[in-house]
Amino acid sequence: MLLIKNGRIIDPSRGIDDYSDILIDQSKIVEVGRGGEGRKDSEITRIIDARGKVVVPGLIDMHVHLREPGHEYKETIKTGCQAAASGGFTSIACMPNTNPVNDNQSVTEYILDRARREGCVNVFPVGAITKGLQGESLTEMGELKTAGVVAVSDDGKSVSNSELMRRGMEYAKNFNLLVICHCEDLDLVADGVMNEGFTSTRLGLKRIPNAAEEVIVARDVILAELTGCGVHIAHVSTEGAVRIIREAKSRGIKITAETAPHYFSLSEEALESFDTNLKVNPPLRSVRDVEAIKRGLKDGTLDVIATDHAPHSSLEKDVEFDYASSGMVGLETALPLALQLVKEKVLSLPELLLKFTANPAKILGISKGTLNPGADADITIIDISSKKRVNVNQFKSKSKNSPFHDWELEGEAVCTIVNGKVVKNVK
Amino acid sequence: MPLQSKDLLTIEQLSIDEINLILDTADSMKEISTRDIKKVPTLRGKTIINLFYEPSTRTRTSFEIAGKRLSADVVNISTSGSSVVKGETLKDTGRNLQAMNPDLVVIRHSVVGAPKILADSLSASIINAGDGAHEHPTQALLDVFTIREKKGYIKGLKIAIIGDIAHSRVARSNIHALNKLGAEVTIYGPFTMIPPFMERMGVKLARGMDEAIKDVDVIMMLRIQLERQSRFLFPSLREYSIFFGLNLDRLKIAKEDVLIMHPGPINRGVEISPEVADGPYALILEQVTNGVAVRMALLYLLIGK
Repeated sequence: MLLIKNGRIIDPSRGIDDYSDILIDQSKIVEVGRGGEGRKDSEITRIIDARGKVVVPGLIDMHVHLREPGHEYKETIKTGCQAAASGGFTSIACMPNTNPVNDNQSVTEYILDRARREGCVNVFPVGAITKGLQGESLTEMGELKTAGVVAVSDDGKSVSNSELMRRGMEYAKNFNLLVICHCEDLDLVADGVMNEGFTSTRLGLKRIPNAAEEVIVARDVILAELTGCGVHIAHVSTEGAVRIIREAKSRGIKITAETAPHYFSLSEEALESFDTNLKVNPPLRSVRDVEAIKRGLKDGTLDVIATDHAPHSSLEKDVEFDYASSGMVGLETALPLALQLVKEKVLSLPELLLKFTANPAKILGISKGTLNPGADADITIIDISSKKRVNVNQFKSKSKNSPFHDWELEGEAVCTIVNGKVVKNVK
Repeated sequence: MPLQSKDLLTIEQLSIDEINLILDTADSMKEISTRDIKKVPTLRGKTIINLFYEPSTRTRTSFEIAGKRLSADVVNISTSGSSVVKGETLKDTGRNLQAMNPDLVVIRHSVVGAPKILADSLSASIINAGDGAHEHPTQALLDVFTIREKKGYIKGLKIAIIGDIAHSRVARSNIHALNKLGAEVTIYGPFTMIPPFMERMGVKLARGMDEAIKDVDVIMMLRIQLERQSRFLFPSLREYSIFFGLNLDRLKIAKEDVLIMHPGPINRGVEISPEVADGPYALILEQVTNGVAVRMALLYLLIGK
């Protein structure tokens, strides 16, 4: 048995914030409290002293691109899981835009098989809404669900045909599958590469208006209301999108939403450097949008912080700005960036952790994100005051496309435990 | 070095003193082109590469002549299409050029920021001859040189820039240059071609063509880029010329001695009528002449010592 003692336990799923011990037997949590000390020493084979640290349910990232199968030179299931563990994540949901696309059960089974054999964290595949992400016909969602997907999404693209999106939501309901929406009107995006604002006007880079995101967020909210399907809006980046989601929630529509750390840590001005690692979709927005994202996190409009971890190699990034692929890796910087919100008093530590644990677990319908006795022993131990300079060359991820290289950040996951097994431990 | 940076990537990076230094140097360079033997040995033994990823006749020729009149060896590389199409990245192209030890590379590229990629990876000086819709600094320098030559000064002049502001690197560079030198800039064009927050660039946005050109000293007409216009930006060339073009009739409202400029190549009958383009106050060809002098000045200032 493994005993984690002396830590500050924060379990947002049960509203617990207390100094306590956790006892783990095999892959399960058996006891939370001071009782661990009463056991016979012989039963306890390992002790982790978490004095001065925060012990929380293993973090969940519901928006990751693992790139396998198809783009193994950017990331594999193995390295993506290692990056997750390094960042304190014990469970990740991986998007279907692989090659082949995860639009049928054999791809889902392949991913799960790989993850079982080589992955050090829990992997929950997301299947496609439309075959090949082509936006033309529905995938076999029933079989995808049977094979193990936890949600469907055409992430990377919007389903531009509104009727097909409607039918996708209706059909997903048959199988109680969450629909995750990537909201982007490609006509409004046109050939844009950055946010439309003063910076794009100055630099002359082709621009993407907030409206490109918001018209589809509005549409998908309306379709969620029409169909009654559980809908989750991915990577929210604009003030207007937050407002639309807030209003929808206030009317009782079954909708949830996430944002990513870069949308509250960076704004469009950063693009003056032409650093292609800052090219991301949706694009980095204005300071005003950043503030709105923080308010959305604070008032609960945004339920989840997810990374949209998008590995790209130098082949995609070491090129002219227009030609660079969108996306940045996020698994190994998400937690310290998010902890900044606590420092700025946008969120309390338990409020922040809720968005990394119980909320995504509930939205995905997975039995994770809690330290309840009997639960899987997925646990993250965080040192919230350790200071560290980000060095992409130390990333476990195969790709180094992070704009946060050289940033001095505070707080890190020092120990990650997945199903009772220690997968990361900083001495 | 007389200029702060080894490169000229933007007007935005230049100080007022640097702009004036370039203009003053161009003043003394201009005379060379009027000589019988139009060549001085200033840059003998220097190598200049013109690397053009976009088609260009005027600018490339202007740089080539400027280099040759200063006795530099000038090599032209034109690539049709992008480096990506050719299979070599811009960075690799830059490294290959560097391996041949040029002193200066002039680059034109359709992607904003491409000259910076070269500037960061080469020890040679880089001149931006136009990057996407970002900047075209030598065009703005030759434009302010031409205005200064005609008017004697820039400060306090009123200048209108009319047309496709959104896609125009000429507009952006000129706005920076004119603002720094103390001119008042007004812009106008179809609102489909006016990007947001232009006021923060330090310009006034006119509500109509008449308001834009009424009291100004200089009107700069921008080229409508027929090759890239989508049908979403304006309905027809005919309508464009009626509401946003410059013709003699429209000019009646302007000052009598208003100067007319255009970066070229002009679309006769679209943004500018032939009568205006060929009229007494049009400086279009003088701009071209001055382009050589300004580029000679820059080459000298960047690699002449």
